[in-house]
Amino acid sequence: MIALRNVSMVFNPGTVNENQAISTINLRVKAGDFITVIGSNGAGKSTLFNLIAGTIIPTEGSLSLNGRTITHEPEYKRARYIGRIFQNPLLGTASNMSLEDNMMITYKKGFKWLKRSLNNRMRDYFRSELTQLKMGLEERMKENLSMFSGGQRQALTLLMMVLSKPDLILLDEHTAALDPKNAQIVLELTHKFIREYKLTSMMITHNMSHAIEFGNRLLMMDKGEIIFDVEGEEKQALTVEKLIEKFHQIRHKSFENDRTLLSVE
Amino acid sequence: MIEAILVEGLIYGIMVLGVFITFRVLDFPDLTVDGSFPLGAALMVQCILLGTNIWVALLVAFIGGVLAGVTTALIHNHLKVPNLLAGILTMTMLYSINIRIMGNRANVPVLKEETILSKVSELFSGILPDEYIILIFFVIVVGIIKVLVDLFFRTDLGMTIGAMGNNEQMVISQGVNPKTLKTIGVGLSNGLVAISGAFAAQYLGFADVGLGQGIVVTGLASVMIGEFLVMKSNRIGVLTICAVAGSIIFHGVMYLGRYYGYLIEMTPNDLNLIKGLLIIVLLIVTQSKKLKKFSIMAMVNK
Repeated sequence: MIALRNVSMVFNPGTVNENQAISTINLRVKAGDFITVIGSNGAGKSTLFNLIAGTIIPTEGSLSLNGRTITHEPEYKRARYIGRIFQNPLLGTASNMSLEDNMMITYKKGFKWLKRSLNNRMRDYFRSELTQLKMGLEERMKENLSMFSGGQRQALTLLMMVLSKPDLILLDEHTAALDPKNAQIVLELTHKFIREYKLTSMMITHNMSHAIEFGNRLLMMDKGEIIFDVEGEEKQALTVEKLIEKFHQIRHKSFENDRTLLSVE
Repeated sequence: MIEAILVEGLIYGIMVLGVFITFRVLDFPDLTVDGSFPLGAALMVQCILLGTNIWVALLVAFIGGVLAGVTTALIHNHLKVPNLLAGILTMTMLYSINIRIMGNRANVPVLKEETILSKVSELFSGILPDEYIILIFFVIVVGIIKVLVDLFFRTDLGMTIGAMGNNEQMVISQGVNPKTLKTIGVGLSNGLVAISGAFAAQYLGFADVGLGQGIVVTGLASVMIGEFLVMKSNRIGVLTICAVAGSIIFHGVMYLGRYYGYLIEMTPNDLNLIKGLLIIVLLIVTQSKKLKKFSIMAMVNK
């Protein structure tokens, strides 16, 4: 469905701050995949998502979606079929507007015209969808979102994104900023929605047991490369211990590579 | 005296609505206003002198203002210039353009010409004193504009513009280009400012290139006074009425300064200083209000 071919990303090329964030990644996401992405800080996970979402344009390589090249398509255009949730729960909703206004804005993707779509029929629809969250939000339609907790806002962002039926959803550590209880609730909702709506999704997580528990495929990233890519039965057989072992094994190797490089210079 | 304050407050209230849209809704500090206000005045006066229908003249002023705002937005969007600088650029260019529009003159009078105001007072003369006719006229005009602004911000487009001022990423995630929204918002805002300038010119009886000097500060001070009047609200109808009320209060204060300032040896030249100081005082009071709220919350949390 979405394919990355030889994608590289270099920040500040030609300067002392030159940073190879992604080096020659090839990735093919199939429709219906639920991919978990793990890796240490600076491994390039968020950069990978930024490239797919269109926040940044790769220095080399190309991206395509369902056979159509989208390498240079701006982020706001890709947003019509790629949904994204950020770590910061405030980024998905507008604080100074009411819940119903927020839902109206996020209900339909694309440019909005001089039309007043928020009517009682829409309100009923929003209310019935909100009951899915089991948070009692359906009783608080007129309240400002600044009155809601981070967990409630993240759950709402998730619900609204799901309702817009994107081709691909990107979850960028979307539970990391929440307290453990809310994180669990949002994670369960995520799992439920992905299954019910058969969404193709990618999820960055720092929690290895989550990475193993959820999804049908797992990517491990380090220093801008995908160093480990498993799916299917092999993925189901993974344990945290095996994953850590794998992680150490590969990291150790790359560390030695670095040393040989340094000694050559 | 009170009618004069109200009329002035209402005329400038249209401009304050424009400033409110950019500064508060869009979070786009727009300085084009200093140029688009006299632009509206210049276009109105020149159209009147050319014998254009006065309502068409008002429309021309509005369109001129919209174009000025769109220019600022385009400079900001496409040349990646900070919004403040983009506004200053347009404002500076408008100074020359305004003089051109007025036929290479810095001041053009319309005292003897037929204006919207002279027509309205002619229509109802005899029923009420002139000052009250003008006052009622502006209450209606500003009321209509306020309602139109409210309606606009309740449409899907208006709500999305409101969301962008709050959270640009959210709008991008909805598949909307924030640049387009900024262009619409800043254009609309400057259109309102130009209408305000057009009415000001008719009320004063002349258009002048210097008419726009310090207008942003006037607008911002009025918006801030208005915000002072009510507790935080998210209802656009409340916010716009506050902006207009803020404008009236501000002009009341300025009026007092102009007429009774001599008692403390103040001259009209000191008014800009007073405006600036007023904003500073308002900022200090708002800050301490916030601090108080925080300290109360901290006590509660303990």
